[in-house]
Amino acid sequence: MPKFEYAPAPESRSIVDLAASYGLFIDGEFTDGGGTAFKTVNPATEEVLAEVAEADQADVDRAVRAARKAYQRVWGPMPGRERAKYLFRIARILAERSREFAVLETLDNGKPIKESRDVDVPLVSQWFFYHAGWADKLEHAGLGPNPQPLGVGAQIIPWNFPLLMLAWKVAPALAAGNTVVLKPAETTPLTALLFADVCRQAELPAGVVNIVTGAGETGRHLVSHPDVDKVAFTGSTPVGREIARTIAGTDKRLTLELGGKAANIVFEDAPMDQAIEGIVRGIFFNQGHVCCAGSRLLVQESVAEEVLDRLKARMATLRLGDPLDKNTDVGAINSAEQLGRIRDLAATGDDEGAARWSAPCELPERGYWYAPTIFTGVTQAHRIAREEIFGPVLSVLTFRTPAEAIEKANNTPYGLSAGVWTEKGSRILAMADKLRAGVVWANTFNQFDPASPFGGYKESGYGREGGRHGLASYLEGTR
Amino acid sequence: MTKTLTAGLDRLPGVDQVGLEARAAALSTRSIKTTSKQWAIDLAISMVDLTTLEGADTPGKVRALATKALRPDPTDPTCPSAAAVCVYPDMVPFVREVVGDRLHVASVATAFPSGRAPLDIKLADVAAAVAAGADEVDMVIDRGAFLAGDLATVHEQIVAVKQACGSAHLKVILETGELQTYDNVRRASWLAMDAGADFIKTSTGKVQPAATLPVTLLMLEAVRDYRIATGRQVGVKPAGGIRTSKDAIKYLVVVNEVAGEDWLDPDWFRFGASSLLNDLLLQRQKMLTGRYSGPDYVTLD
Amino acid sequence: MSERLDVRKTYKLFIGGAFPRSESGRTYEVADAKGRFAANASKASRKDGRDAVTAARKAFGGWSKRTPYNRGQILYRVAEVLEGRRDQLVAEVRAAEGVSEKRAGAIVDAAVDTWVWYAGWADKLSQVTGNANQVNGPFFNLTAPEPTGVVVIAAPQDSSLLGLVEVLAPVLLSGNTAVVVSSLARPLPAITLSEILSTSDVPGGVVNVLTGDIAEIGPWLAGHLDVNALDLTGVDDADVARELEVEAAVNLKRVLRPGTPTAQSLARITPFLEHKTVWHPIGV
Repeated sequence: MPKFEYAPAPESRSIVDLAASYGLFIDGEFTDGGGTAFKTVNPATEEVLAEVAEADQADVDRAVRAARKAYQRVWGPMPGRERAKYLFRIARILAERSREFAVLETLDNGKPIKESRDVDVPLVSQWFFYHAGWADKLEHAGLGPNPQPLGVGAQIIPWNFPLLMLAWKVAPALAAGNTVVLKPAETTPLTALLFADVCRQAELPAGVVNIVTGAGETGRHLVSHPDVDKVAFTGSTPVGREIARTIAGTDKRLTLELGGKAANIVFEDAPMDQAIEGIVRGIFFNQGHVCCAGSRLLVQESVAEEVLDRLKARMATLRLGDPLDKNTDVGAINSAEQLGRIRDLAATGDDEGAARWSAPCELPERGYWYAPTIFTGVTQAHRIAREEIFGPVLSVLTFRTPAEAIEKANNTPYGLSAGVWTEKGSRILAMADKLRAGVVWANTFNQFDPASPFGGYKESGYGREGGRHGLASYLEGTR
Repeated sequence: MTKTLTAGLDRLPGVDQVGLEARAAALSTRSIKTTSKQWAIDLAISMVDLTTLEGADTPGKVRALATKALRPDPTDPTCPSAAAVCVYPDMVPFVREVVGDRLHVASVATAFPSGRAPLDIKLADVAAAVAAGADEVDMVIDRGAFLAGDLATVHEQIVAVKQACGSAHLKVILETGELQTYDNVRRASWLAMDAGADFIKTSTGKVQPAATLPVTLLMLEAVRDYRIATGRQVGVKPAGGIRTSKDAIKYLVVVNEVAGEDWLDPDWFRFGASSLLNDLLLQRQKMLTGRYSGPDYVTLD
Repeated sequence: MSERLDVRKTYKLFIGGAFPRSESGRTYEVADAKGRFAANASKASRKDGRDAVTAARKAFGGWSKRTPYNRGQILYRVAEVLEGRRDQLVAEVRAAEGVSEKRAGAIVDAAVDTWVWYAGWADKLSQVTGNANQVNGPFFNLTAPEPTGVVVIAAPQDSSLLGLVEVLAPVLLSGNTAVVVSSLARPLPAITLSEILSTSDVPGGVVNVLTGDIAEIGPWLAGHLDVNALDLTGVDDADVARELEVEAAVNLKRVLRPGTPTAQSLARITPFLEHKTVWHPIGV
């Protein structure tokens, strides 16, 4: 038994007022859905949290019509200065209700309250605040003197950062003058539905934000709706590909944030303790449910043993368990389905001869859990080094020279992010230059900011989210 | 001090300031409640080097402090004693008179706090403290020599002081506020450990900033790595600026998660503090009675 | 006494800096604007397309890592050599497009000026499309453009020289390499331009020109996994364009749809850029 046992420190869930069932948020009102309602569960306990409506084709059509009407009559013609104030209001309300959102996010997603409280929700508020300021300065966005909104945005977001992804999509779209129909992931719809209440409190005009819940079928209706001008999707590469095919030959604009298999490259002269933290943050943050996760550790052979020893010691201090406990570092896997995928892909690591090591932590009996795991002896030929695992599983590979590190890092169809750890400044710049990835974290990892563009090369998608570049994805330039 | 050591110190991995401070900030969000908080408060009390290092110190003042260190809460016999009393060398006899063998007596020495005196005078300072009954000596390193790159001098002086200490434990104060960079702190930590330090200590308390959570975290990494490399365990003492129970518990969390539970012991971790003790006592009373206490319910000194 | 007989030019493909015939051995008859026989052009096959992509990929590393100043100089050099062969190009544009000599001259002049305009962009791009980002923390954070990679370009069908320059130059300046499928009916100026490129310090493989039918080889290029982007400007048939866009989704190629204006513009450059953001902590 450890000397210093941390007593349970659960965040109270009483701040969240859960309804038994939720409808669709269309044209400023909650309405029933035409599809078959589905249940959303707490992945840490398998408890059913609520029943959620499924939007069918007619519902999607209603939502798009509401968005079109709001775009034409209210939001499009509204001066940017006024749009800005709505967005500032939303940012403030989100900050005021941050605890409520954090608890609900943790309940529905399974991520540790520490992360929803300290990362997701503060970033969400910041995202709206940042973009609010753009709404009346679009002529300075580098797209010419009078850039125009695109119209109605169809936005489909994943389950790994449910509310944060909503903010990434909704804030720039609204700032630029578009209206949106957003579909949250079917396993994590609750914070998006609570966001509808924020829109109500902010008195956002009806139809500017519409939220339709459902699974892939609902998403397909939305993407293929003829009156949609812009599609923005964050999720898997196969679905991104399907969307790109669906909208081919139309005038719809598309932004895709897809998968990744990021290399986190540790040189022998790295700031070692911070590199270990960076590796941990890179792959165990949010249970590895991160498209830009540093799921391939490339460590210089000369320090590989030392890095692994330190990493294992550090992993042994990770606290896995009740996501609502303020001391939990690793929460639950979001769904049984995802847990199955992680298990299957990890099993190929065993089959293909990699060596598995898992942090010595006890897994709760109920819910979906996976212990933080590393595979050593992995080569580029292993499936666990090539396929996105989207879970707390790290593949460790070694390299001898900077050129070999670059070669291995870039040897993937993905190109979302990469990490470099070295104390040598010129090497950082040379590596950053050669890595084919949209985000390079040097001596840090998994940092996000609304002012910082995020997005991938190659099969990790196209377009950027965040910053001036992200805003441009929602505007038609005049230059 | 050998060439090998200098080379070894140069090969220490760098410290990234932002990453280190982020790690400290992350650990300080740990929520320590109920039974674990009670346990941590008692542990923290038992780790306090109750300190007075004023020009105005008198026998009467240090006797009172020593009495308090022995029984921090006179109303509650279950309250642990502090670890030690820490004073200037000339005050050591008065402390020893009160505490006998029941507590450690620590003395600062080596021309504390600046250390700007000839080596023989520093050594005489140490000898006097030990002769007066100090079983722990808190020395300061020659920061001037360190910053001038003369690591050999720093090393030689620590070796000499260690010798002068005899059986007394040597705590080496790095004065991290003057070393400025975390890279320097890591290098100085290894230098001090290699020269024979039993403890490495952040600060004199006379220079701002004194102890900080990131600097202590870094020194805990150093003692952890040093034990892996040499098998010898060295203690850590943050001193100065730690005033609240909440702060003390953050430090204990860092000890626990960075160096490991082997260091969760007054033999291996100390707080150099004065006002911290009373806040620990107030919190302790709150935990036991369920009521918020007030300053009139803990003793002065 | 008989008149001297012309020595006719054989028009071939331009791949990897060389001028091979189509591996398929196929040619097709190209007529001038009045319908008279002009030449037999090589009819590129899917394997020529494959070879062109290989050459473009091979050239990408070197071209993209040259300094922007150097790329700018080379592209400016193209304009110089183009200007020097003005008369030949005027004649070819006249023949291909059936325009007056004056109009053809204006077209060639515009083509030269377009090269010059884009050449000057090479070392300004990151100042205009990149920026430092003020993030909420102690981090240096910089976004800068990079080339997307290998770009397949369907050149405009009507504007045989200027149209080609207008779609090619903006792709090259940032460091991309290109595989161009020329106008099907008016391919000859494209081959002459290739000859200019090959004598203008443009490294072999940076530009590869295929004469032939985009509808035939387009699907192979659009589906090629080592191609990063596809410019459909010269695809006039909407069904073919859609089919190619669908095919391009296999590896999420960046696609520029038909109808995008070809006039010189930053908007012709940015679709073939990736923006990379680099973070680094700020500390002592």
